[in-house]
Parts: sequence; structure tokens; C-alpha cells
Amino acid sequence: MTTGLRFAEQAVEAAVADAPGSLKALRAAGSTAFQTLGFPTTRNEDWHYTSVSAIASAQYAPAIAKPESTLDPAALEPYTFGGTWPLMVFLNGRFAPALSTIDTLPAGIRVFDMATAVAQAPELLGKYVGTAAPADRDGFTALNAAFAGEGTLIHVAKEMVIEHPIHLLHVTDANGAGLMSHPRHVMVVERHAKASVVESYVSLADVPYFTNAVLEAFVEDGATLQVIRIQREARSAHHIGTVEARQGRDSHFLTFTFQTGGALSRSNVYTVLDGEGCGCTINGLYMLDGEQHADHQTRVEHVKENCFSREAYKGLIDDSAHGVFNGKVYVHPEAQKTDGKQTNHTLLLSDKAQIDTKPQLEIFADDVKCTHGATVGRIDETSLFYLKSRGVGKVLAKQLLMYAFAADVLETLDNPVIVEALEKLTVERFTGSSAH
Amino acid sequence: MLQIKDLHAAIDGKPILKGISLTVNAGEVHAVMGPNGSGKSTLAQVLAGHPAYEITGGEVIYNGENLLEMDAEVRAQHGVFLAFQYPVEIPGVTNAYFLRAAYNEIRKAKGLEEVDPMEFLDLVEEKLKLVDMDASMMHRSVNAGFSGGEKKRNEILQMAVLQPMLSILDETDSGLDIDALRIVAEGVNALKRPDNAAIVVTHYQRLLNYIVPDYVHVLAGGRIIKSGDKSLALELENRGYDWVLETVA
Repeated sequence: MTTGLRFAEQAVEAAVADAPGSLKALRAAGSTAFQTLGFPTTRNEDWHYTSVSAIASAQYAPAIAKPESTLDPAALEPYTFGGTWPLMVFLNGRFAPALSTIDTLPAGIRVFDMATAVAQAPELLGKYVGTAAPADRDGFTALNAAFAGEGTLIHVAKEMVIEHPIHLLHVTDANGAGLMSHPRHVMVVERHAKASVVESYVSLADVPYFTNAVLEAFVEDGATLQVIRIQREARSAHHIGTVEARQGRDSHFLTFTFQTGGALSRSNVYTVLDGEGCGCTINGLYMLDGEQHADHQTRVEHVKENCFSREAYKGLIDDSAHGVFNGKVYVHPEAQKTDGKQTNHTLLLSDKAQIDTKPQLEIFADDVKCTHGATVGRIDETSLFYLKSRGVGKVLAKQLLMYAFAADVLETLDNPVIVEALEKLTVERFTGSSAH
Repeated sequence: MLQIKDLHAAIDGKPILKGISLTVNAGEVHAVMGPNGSGKSTLAQVLAGHPAYEITGGEVIYNGENLLEMDAEVRAQHGVFLAFQYPVEIPGVTNAYFLRAAYNEIRKAKGLEEVDPMEFLDLVEEKLKLVDMDASMMHRSVNAGFSGGEKKRNEILQMAVLQPMLSILDETDSGLDIDALRIVAEGVNALKRPDNAAIVVTHYQRLLNYIVPDYVHVLAGGRIIKSGDKSLALELENRGYDWVLETVA
């Protein structure tokens, strides 16, 4: 571990030395923060159930120091939702302009890859980057800041509505073995605009690598932003993903985290409800098997009055896999009339499957309506017998019940193309017709 | 069709069935009556293959095969159907999907081709009329939020679609008002054929006004203590279970 940490520190120093203009401050802040924080340990309460020593000791090489690679675009077809959506592809941690198509966007919706943003929109980038997800949030946001250089800057002008989600597709193939990438996406959605983004992570080869992504979202007054994270990394990969939002008055921020890949993964979704009448909907589905470990952290800060938060995470855990859910809702003293609801339901499919679930409410206002709850169960034997008594075989009966459990959280998504794609992945997962 | 010979069964080590013998031939309707705790529902569940029950003795031969060796789904594929006393709610799975999956599993087991969703909906349409159910019910989750009467009608709909050889109705009349009872009973009667059979488990004689049994068996303490024709049911209704318990004692 010490070797790994020193290795990471050396790489951090090298990255800061040749930082481009508007990222210089962020990289320096990341470097300083990482030297102080290092990788989190299980002594840290927020990391109590998740040891990251496998990441700390792996000595991954920074992807931004590697040349860009290429790929036959046909290889991406299974991942592009029919191919009509605006698409930004990152291959082995580097932006791949030849594979990306963003020319269909109307004026008022600007999408820059990070290098172009540094060159063409330094003021816009400098104003927002690192302000929602500060470098010193934890060791991983620090590391992401220290290696900032890839990602996107997306700016949606006031009252603009994005027709199709912008797809940020992160692909790793065999050339990505041993690399660590630190994409940072910055999304600014101006007042009364409406946008959605799909942030997906897929692999074309089962090689070890490390993704450490940060998405910063600025959802201004009356705006709506939906972020759908689809984490289908290689089974040997490590993945840490952080989404952090700042919300204005009457805004709505929605996230959906679909987490099925990776050996070790962690998803952080944080938002600050910093304007009256705003709200967030934070949902997720995790399906784990083998030796997978996936951790889900959420934090909703109710700062102002009359805001709502809705949170529903569901999980299916098989074999010796281990899931973690830790949801925090803080209600500040001035956040009266807060309406908060948080649930986490998990089905354990084997005797060795494990879940640590911790829904937490901390309320400092006196006129609020907040509920939370968690359940952990097994496949209901009575339901199983009912299906079997109608001639449905044991395997299909179990798959049906697992699917039914998962479907109700998937159906909270309003985009039918995404719902259908995720339902298909869910079915494939249960029927074993896909690796992950 | 069905020969139950000295059947013993227990749950959690507690004996419930203590030597049941019963023969059911094609074309027959048998009513099994008895006071609470007599083992009626256990008999129904054991025949359908509920895994919670342990068979501690005896045998059940169904069309020449050992029924007790078959898993629940295999029994269903061979034509055994249990209408549940408490139909199970399965949120997230539509009635249409569930019923088609069951129908196709049974067809596959018989070596027949599966039917596609459109074909299947045509097939279901006429069966829906039989139990006076609206087609919109097919797109709701299985039994989720259904009223008591809707759940029981849904059981009979499944029976109508799956066309079992041996139907076991476990207290299908419980909790039904007279109109719902009539619809359910008419559905069952319409499905009666010379080559199939039914075992109707009930606490009350009321259902047997609509589904007329060929034989009536009284179950008490895990045994059949008296058998007769439909007049036995009427006598039970008039004189109560205490009468038969005393006569046998």
C-alpha cells in the first residue's frame, strides 16, 4: 500500500507540472489534497465497509500520459442506444473525436471535450470546475483533480431543452490494461433549461484498470437535469464515480445509478438543495455476483425551505458478492417543510451474499416530513411455489421474481429507450446470457 | 386418475395428514369438507407439491406415475392445478406475461410450440368472458391490489387457460359474496369434461349448491372419517361437524 501511495504521489506531481492553463489551479489543489488525504481507509466512517487497498496498491498508470488509441466504430454499436444521440466517446481514458458525434446539437447547447474547453472556454470552465466537487472532498476527488485533463464541459443555455440525452461513453479495451483514468464532467444547466446525460462505462476486454470519475452539476433556478450512470466496467476493473450537484430555486435534479460491473466499485451521489422549492430524485439498481463489491453513498443536504428529496435504491446480490448502501439526508435548521423519503431494498440470492445498509436522517428543523427505511430479504418461497404450481420451472420462476423486484425501480426512469435498454441488461444478467 | 394411498404428511415435524386414502376417476368431482385444522388445505398443498410439507408415509399415483416424486412445476406440466386459497401477489409481473409464461412452459413440456403474445391474447380473450373479467386485468401485476373476488376469478381464469386434468380448488369460496361465488362456480362447471376431474376443498356446503359433487369426504384429524354422496354435504350443513365427529366416535 505504501508503495502504491508513493507511486500515485509521484504521478500526481508529474501531472501538476505540465497542467494546461485553466486546470492548473485544480490540479494543484488536487495534488495538495491527495498528499494530505491519501486513499481513504476503513477507519474513515464513510469507507467503513469498503476497503480500497486493491486500488491503492495497484500502481495504475495515468491514462492522460498515454497516446490516444483507435477503435472500429462498429464495436460501439451495442452501447449507443440506437446511435442517434449526441455522443462523446472516451477510449481508454482519452477523448476520441473520431468516434464522437455532437454536431446535431442546436445552438445554445455547447459540448466541449476538456482540451477544447481549456482552449476555447477557459473562463466558463474556470468559473465552475472544482466548485461543486472540491478537490479535498476525499482522496479520490483529490486524485481526479490532480489528473484533470479529460472529460467534458457542457453548457445548456437558459430555457433550452435537450431532445435526446447526451451520452458520455467511456470504453476500455485491451489497450486500457493497467491504466487509471480520471474523467471530469462539468454540466451547467441554466435557468428553466432541461437536460439529460447518460454517463456509461463499458469494457471490450476483461482487463484490470481503474476509472475515477467526477461529474459536477450546476442546476440553476427552475432547471431540470437528469444524470443516468450505467456502470458496466470489466469484472477486473475498479470504479469510483462521484456525482455532485448544486441546485437553485425550483430546480429538479435526478440521478439513476445502474451498477453491475467491476470487481470493486463505489458510487457517490451528493446534492445540495440550495434554493427554495427544489428537489432531487436519486434512484439506483445494483446487481452483484461472484466476488463483486459495490458501495453506494448518497448525501442530500436540505438547506432551504420547501424542498423535497426522493431516494430509492434496490439491489440483487448473489454468490459471495457484497453490497453497501449508505444514504444520508441532512436537514439544516432553516429547511422547514422539508419532504424527504429514502428507501433501500435488497434481495440476497445466496447464503454468502452480503449487504451493509445504513439509511441516515439528521434533522435540525422542527417542521419536516422525513421517512426512511431499509429491507433485506430473500426470494419469497410462497411466490416461488405459486409460479411453479402453474408450470413455470424453478429457474424461470426465480428470474421472473428477480426481474419483478428490479423492474419497479427501473420504471421510475422516464426515457423509454433507456428503460428498455436497462431492462434488457437486467434480464441478461439474470439469465446469464451476458458476462455482466 | 388419482390414487392416494395411506398418505401421511407433516410440517415442521408436526403430523397433519395421518393416513388419507382417496381415489378420483376421470369425470368426477370430489368435495373434501371438514372443520378448521382438519388437514383439508394441507392435502391440497401436498398434492400440488408445496415444499414446506414433508411426506412421512403412503403414496400418490397420478395417471400411473408417482406424483410425490415430481417437483411442483412438473406436476403442473402434467395437468395438476391448485387454485390457491390465498392467491399470491406478484408486483412487477403482469398477468399477461405470467399466464403466457405458464402456458408456454406447459406446452414446451408437452413438446408443443410456444405461442407468441398476440396469439395468446386472442386465446385469453374468450376465457376472460368465462369469469367476467375485463381485458385490462391482463396488464396489471399478478393479483396485486386485486379484490378478494378478483383474485379468485383470476385463479379460475388461469385454470381455464392452462386446461388441467386434475383441478384442486382450495377453499375457493372463502371470502366471496354470492355473486362472485356464482361466477367462480359457473367458471369451474364450464371447464368440466369427461376426461378431467376436480377436488373441491371447502369448509361450507354453500359452494356445493353450484358445483355439484359426485362424492363428499369429511376430513377430521388428518383422516377421512366419512364418505358419501352429495346428500352428506347437506346433512353436514344441517347438523354440523360435531354430528359426524360423534357418529364416527
